[in-house]
Amino acid sequence: MRRIISILLENEPGALSRVIGLFSQRGYNIETLNVAPTEDLTLSRLTLTTTGDDKTMEQITKQLNKLVDVVKLVDLSEGAHIERDLMLIKVRASGAMRDEIKRTTDIFRGQIVDVGPNTYTIQLTGTGEKLDSFVAAMAEADILEVVRSGVAGISRGEKVLRL
Amino acid sequence: MELLSGGEMIAKALEDEGVEYIFGYPGGAVLHIYDALFKTSKVPHVLVRHEQAATHAADGYARATGKPGVVLVTSGPGATNAITGIATAYMDSIPMVVLSGQVATHLIGEDAFQETDMVGISRPIVKHSFMIRRAEDIPATIRKAFHIATTGRPGPVVIDIPKDCTRPDAKFEYHYPETVKLRSYAPAQRGHTGQIRKAAKLLLSAKRPVIYAGGGVILGESSELLTRLARKLNYPVTNTLMGLGAYPATDRQFLGMLGMHGFYEANMAMHHSDVILAVGARFDDRVTNTVSRFCPGAKIIHIDIDPTSISKTVAADIPIVGPVQSVLEDLLDILESLQEKDPKQPDTAALGRWWQQIDEWRAKHGLWTGRRYGESDRIMPQQVIESLYRVTGGDAYVTSDVGQHQMFAAQYYKFDKPRRWINSGGLGTMGFGLPAAMGVKLAFPDMEVACVTGEGSIQMNIQELSTCKQYSTPIKIINLRNNYLGMVKQWQDMQYEGRYAMSTYEDSLPDFMKLVESYGHVGIQVTRLEELDQRMEEAFAMKDRLVFLDIFIDPMEHVYPMHVAPNGAMKDMWLSKNERT
Repeated sequence: MRRIISILLENEPGALSRVIGLFSQRGYNIETLNVAPTEDLTLSRLTLTTTGDDKTMEQITKQLNKLVDVVKLVDLSEGAHIERDLMLIKVRASGAMRDEIKRTTDIFRGQIVDVGPNTYTIQLTGTGEKLDSFVAAMAEADILEVVRSGVAGISRGEKVLRL
Repeated sequence: MELLSGGEMIAKALEDEGVEYIFGYPGGAVLHIYDALFKTSKVPHVLVRHEQAATHAADGYARATGKPGVVLVTSGPGATNAITGIATAYMDSIPMVVLSGQVATHLIGEDAFQETDMVGISRPIVKHSFMIRRAEDIPATIRKAFHIATTGRPGPVVIDIPKDCTRPDAKFEYHYPETVKLRSYAPAQRGHTGQIRKAAKLLLSAKRPVIYAGGGVILGESSELLTRLARKLNYPVTNTLMGLGAYPATDRQFLGMLGMHGFYEANMAMHHSDVILAVGARFDDRVTNTVSRFCPGAKIIHIDIDPTSISKTVAADIPIVGPVQSVLEDLLDILESLQEKDPKQPDTAALGRWWQQIDEWRAKHGLWTGRRYGESDRIMPQQVIESLYRVTGGDAYVTSDVGQHQMFAAQYYKFDKPRRWINSGGLGTMGFGLPAAMGVKLAFPDMEVACVTGEGSIQMNIQELSTCKQYSTPIKIINLRNNYLGMVKQWQDMQYEGRYAMSTYEDSLPDFMKLVESYGHVGIQVTRLEELDQRMEEAFAMKDRLVFLDIFIDPMEHVYPMHVAPNGAMKDMWLSKNERT
């Protein structure tokens, strides 16, 4: 089962490698990973998606909590939450495809953020699933490059992950 | 406030931390630190002959005393040589602080001479690690390192120190903090009372209980509490390899060690139990045999300070996260109040039947009730351990290396006290025994310290005979000499039709008598059973000499019992070369 784990991590050199190392060392999967400093510069917020059965997930969260650099951790998939992935996708846009791509982008509520004589760069945010659907819808187009941020997530309502 | 250089702050901080010995080896990146130690420090330093031995000696010291071991090595090869010892300590949860030199800050990342990414290399085998970036952080970092190494589930902590942070001309105000604040590190202080109450009720309802106690009982200084609990309930106790000594081995309620080479009665009792109280043990694969077939009728109570140990391999019915000591105290209190209300628990009739069953198992195949080993005109390895036990009155510190000799020592030396049995249980590190014995002897110079080893293991750190000479550590080395890598040979006998792939040395072994004499020690060779006890006594009579007993044993002997694998349960054992359960 897919899970989204969000972590407040000490913003220290080497902290990220401890998290990543734990996953490879113990044979767990990381599907996406997103990390950046928070408003408190001593902390980074890290969101990762992983898959595993309940026993594996229990071990993953316990092992992560055991790392001294992990300050706090939440499994967002346990409750209502919002997840967002950001994608930048560059496609060949010439001839009739230019209009077609524009229409599809509008349908997905994406934005064309860079226009060249023969290319469009489209920005799209949403769940991973939505981004996958957009890439599928672009099957006819010539996709030149795809870059995704990985899932960032937050709980709905009053529930917060902070010190 | 004193003004000190980085190097001097390290020397002073170790002193303030109450460190008794530093085990180490100098080199370019740590020369400032060594100079500061030389000029100012009151902490004695032990110069080993290889950095791996520094970590094992510090580890042996830590296991015997309960205090953290301290290691100082240089960058590059000094650091990488320490890795095996750090991993050994990590697997067995031994408190240790390793200070490693690093190239100067401006050289990091340039593949400088003797540069290696120590924080990176050691990451999977440390509890935590630090890289010093500013000299003024040194005292607080050292305090944090000792705090992390010694609290919660103990473990090794590495501090990597770039050379420029220790230079003598840059001085800083020195202040050693008394307390440590780490917002992301707070090991459990108490177990959950509700869970402990549930555990107490389940324990009292047991008809076929077993207490399964591991190294955590020793690390958590809870042997007495565990013994009180077991005696109060009259429940049988088995210890893991790491837990030997946690419960007195000569006690009637002790079933012996459990696991792959555990006692028949211990493994049988586990398999047939209805309630298992696991204390500071981690259901290691060398204990459980096939997990899916592990103790099918048992409800499991699991007490451990480390939540990751719980339900990692075997699911616990009642998990209790907390320090063994406080949890056992609470458990004893609750048991007492429950028994006051209902004195009929536990069911003494059922318990009587259970003991009767256990005694039948003991009589049938018990290790200590009869001679389970074969008869030959050669000295049997078990007889050597029995002789060692007799001559030392069962009161020695015994270190071991890894292999058959380790299992014979674990089976036949009856450890009645915690911290007396010192071996690499988790990582299984050959070469551990001699340097570990050195560390133990330095901690307890008036106690007997024996290193039970074999020709394979002893040669992995034999250079430490020189360190033993320099620091006068008169340990006794008991070499079970069979001219094979015995445990490898045993597996090759059992699973590879006796094809001894690379498990013999042919005629290449050194003359150990001459070898130890060249290091200034005493060698005694024993080839006949009749002279075994006498030679053993002679060795231990030489109080101030290191004696190497080279004892020629029957090379064909195997360690039994041995779990049947793969797909065996706890109860499935080979009891000799041709009998199995």
